[in-house]
Amino acid sequence: MLDLIQKMLGREANGSKQIAKDRLRLVLVHDRVNVSPQFMEFLKEDMIKVISNYMEINEREMEVNLTQTNSSVALVASIPVNRMKRGAVPAE
Amino acid sequence: MGEVIVITSGKGGVGKTTTTANLGTGFALIGKKVVLVDADIGLRNLDVVMGLENRIVYDLVDVTEGNCRLKQALIRDKRYETLYLLPAAQTRDKNAVNPEQMKQLCRELSEDFDYVLIDCPAGIEQGFKNAIAGADRAVIVTTPEVSAVRDADRIIGLLEAEGKHNPKLIVNRIRPSMVKRGDMMDIDDIIDILAVDLLGIIPEDEYIVISTNRGEPAVVNPASAASTAYKNIVRRLNGENVPLIKFDANNGIVSKLKRFFGFGEG
Ligand SMILES: Nc1ncnc2c1ncn2[C@@H]1O[C@H](COP(=O)(O)OP(=O)(O)O)[C@@H](O)[C@H]1O
Ligand SMILES: [Mg+2]
Repeated sequence: MLDLIQKMLGREANGSKQIAKDRLRLVLVHDRVNVSPQFMEFLKEDMIKVISNYMEINEREMEVNLTQTNSSVALVASIPVNRMKRGAVPAE
Repeated sequence: MGEVIVITSGKGGVGKTTTTANLGTGFALIGKKVVLVDADIGLRNLDVVMGLENRIVYDLVDVTEGNCRLKQALIRDKRYETLYLLPAAQTRDKNAVNPEQMKQLCRELSEDFDYVLIDCPAGIEQGFKNAIAGADRAVIVTTPEVSAVRDADRIIGLLEAEGKHNPKLIVNRIRPSMVKRGDMMDIDDIIDILAVDLLGIIPEDEYIVISTNRGEPAVVNPASAASTAYKNIVRRLNGENVPLIKFDANNGIVSKLKRFFGFGEG
């Protein structure tokens, strides 16, 4: 139904424009990460800060990476947990 | 003190030189004193697009190396009182100039002119660094293609790193009929992805080719669809609030419906 409305309104859902947009988005995810070498480091540090409010983690063995499938990019993190904190409250 | 604006893109062939020539001429048309600086050293183009190639005596490198005074190298466009060109050197390369010299040059020019427009070379190397060095603000030109938008994104990042914030975007060579049938990215898509402010939209226009053949920027030709678009951009750069024109291929009920549903291009 939405498709039909879009067609009526001249917005073909499957013109090459959509492909262009999707490809552009994917390519820019990687470009933007690579522009700044510290990008992933900053992200990691921020994640550590947040997670540390709730649990004690092994920062040395923590891994944070972007992985790509055909149509999407995912942020995959592997964070070994040493110990849970008791009665954690969200940080301000 | 005038304003120094660099016209840049990353990718070559997207319309930087054409944009510089038309915006410059557009500024002269509203009586502003403007100088166009061709920073594409070794590949000079702007002189030909402006139809001033036969009047070059000195060039930018002659100025920075002290072979002549700045005033001697400026070519006044005889058609428009307030329009000047500083041509690039053709037989030298980008390393003949450094960013410090460009800053100095821009500072001097901005004392005499309302607007200094810098036509940036393609790429992200020395030539790019020279061209942006003295700029107060940046205008990025792109076309609605994946590679051009990608390069524009890179340029936005590099400008940011050099402390040049809030660049404005011109989307060139839009073909309304292709956008309509879903075969070309539209303005909203591009703005959404790049997250920058839109300065204007230039349609694909045969008059650009014709006027380049003649050495007479299209902005002066009332028959050119791009002309109005350039004039509006000039006014926006000059601080006026000019609404965006839409180059919709459809002017009938469909476009009204689209607008009603909020699909318009603003
Ligand atoms: N809006 C347009 N419509 C049609 N042709 C265009 C348009 N903009 C640029 N062109 C053409 O595209 C080519 C490249 O433009 P140019 O301004 O030299 O790009 P750049 O300086 O970015 O390399 C030129 O042949 C020019 O005439
Ligand atoms: Mg050029």
